Amino acid sequence: MNAITSYFKDIFHAIKTLLTGMRVTGYYFSHARKEIITQQYPENRDTLKMFDRFRGIVTLTHDENNEHACTGCSACEIACPNGTIEIISDREEDPETGKKKKIIDKFIYHYSMCTLCNLCIISCPTDAIKMDPSFEYATFDRKDLTMILNKPGSKIRKDVK
Amino acid sequence: MIEEVETKDAIKTQEYFVNMGPQHPSTHGVLRLMLELDGEIIKKVTPHIGYIHRSIEKMSEKDSYRQIVHLTDRMDYLSNHMNNEAVCLLVENALEVEVSDRVKVIRTIMSELTRLSSHQLWWGVMGMDLGALTTFLYAFRDREMINDIFEETCGARLTVNYNVPGGVMFDIHPNFQQRVKDFIKSFKTKLPEYDDLLSNNVIFRQRTEGVGILSKEDAISYGVTGPTGRASGFSNDTRKHKPYSAYDRVEFKEILMDKGDTFSRYKARILEMWESVSIIEQLIDNIPEGDIQEPSVKQVIKLPKGEFYQSVETARGELGVYVVSDGQKSPYRLKFRSPGFSNLFVLDHMVRGYKIADLVAMMSTIDLVIPDIDR
Repeated sequence: MNAITSYFKDIFHAIKTLLTGMRVTGYYFSHARKEIITQQYPENRDTLKMFDRFRGIVTLTHDENNEHACTGCSACEIACPNGTIEIISDREEDPETGKKKKIIDKFIYHYSMCTLCNLCIISCPTDAIKMDPSFEYATFDRKDLTMILNKPGSKIRKDVK
Repeated sequence: MIEEVETKDAIKTQEYFVNMGPQHPSTHGVLRLMLELDGEIIKKVTPHIGYIHRSIEKMSEKDSYRQIVHLTDRMDYLSNHMNNEAVCLLVENALEVEVSDRVKVIRTIMSELTRLSSHQLWWGVMGMDLGALTTFLYAFRDREMINDIFEETCGARLTVNYNVPGGVMFDIHPNFQQRVKDFIKSFKTKLPEYDDLLSNNVIFRQRTEGVGILSKEDAISYGVTGPTGRASGFSNDTRKHKPYSAYDRVEFKEILMDKGDTFSRYKARILEMWESVSIIEQLIDNIPEGDIQEPSVKQVIKLPKGEFYQSVETARGELGVYVVSDGQKSPYRLKFRSPGFSNLFVLDHMVRGYKIADLVAMMSTIDLVIPDIDR
């Protein structure tokens, strides 16, 4: 007799626990619009705003006169753990002072090797490079991921030391 | 190795080997378990690791101390903040630098948020391993809020690289405190749902209670740490025994269970989430002012000659970093004592005599992260 009682007790207990779980599911089923955290990603491209600090890709900022702040000091190249940044620099005579000054020829950035660790950005003494929150850089060819960050014809800003 | 054994019914059967993994979903990554089976009863488990070995320790030998930090993100990717913190604390202790209170509190809050997010993911995956897809969706719903907090303050969701030797990379975002408070408020109502959905479920209880018992003595001799060890009654919380950052100024309980079965390990993690919530609540309203980076730590860091060790409590157990320095800017030798490695090899001891379905449940409660084991 005792065995039969406990048998049925077990069954009722089991049904009770299952219904408790179903109650949670039922609550969210009936309040389906209450909290939606998923986003319709490719459709919401126009309105999607990433956080300011989100690290998507390294960029060299240029102002409206096509001037940047990179002195070619290679601090970022040394700080990078993966050899992502390669700076090819040149020396050019300053027309005002007549001294030879270092300028960058090519700022090569291998995006395919970049781990977006932000060490280059914090090591830059002139804040020339920064992280851009844009993404979607998948390509069919690995070559496209090697970029030259300084725009053609760009110069170093005058006030940068 | 194949030999014939006689079962009780005198029917001759053959012992055989089955490879579980490296592509099996319940091994949570590329872990290969070689099972020696008699029918469905497990005689022996041999874990084969090395499928995701990236030689992080060797790579660290050519990197500077600032660069090593970002590699540790890729070890135990669910405890990224604690891994970063371990290396940073080691460098700070070796240089005898004291970081500001602000940094300590920020690091503690971040670590506890990481612990919460790791345990949430574990909870979701644990349910899914046992055949309940529901839990996975609920866990990821709550985890999303933590990921947003990380993304706003640190700039990344998983490989955050937020700690630097001597401080943190950025100051906290102006929205940080409000977001954390919102999260804590909502998560306190969500956590009881976890019990309703899974902890009290009869199917779950019957599959976990009394299964895979690990005694306290075995936990100690295998070096099992973290919630896995604490569920067997082995008091090993680094936060309590060797307090670092701001853990000495907050009150929290070390969760100790006595049974050591699969359900105890499950329960220990659920209770640990409540403790993490309480730690964050104590700290979030009074983040002191101060420098976010210690100015005395130079750009090029050279540790003094000698050996250094620092351990932190990650979501899986005790992570130890051991550095032999010869005075150069990169370590002569660096060794990570990862919690997952020790916890994995107790599996063979636990699982003998049980069935394959129990192995899946046990493996879930050990909470394996394979990149942490292989490094």
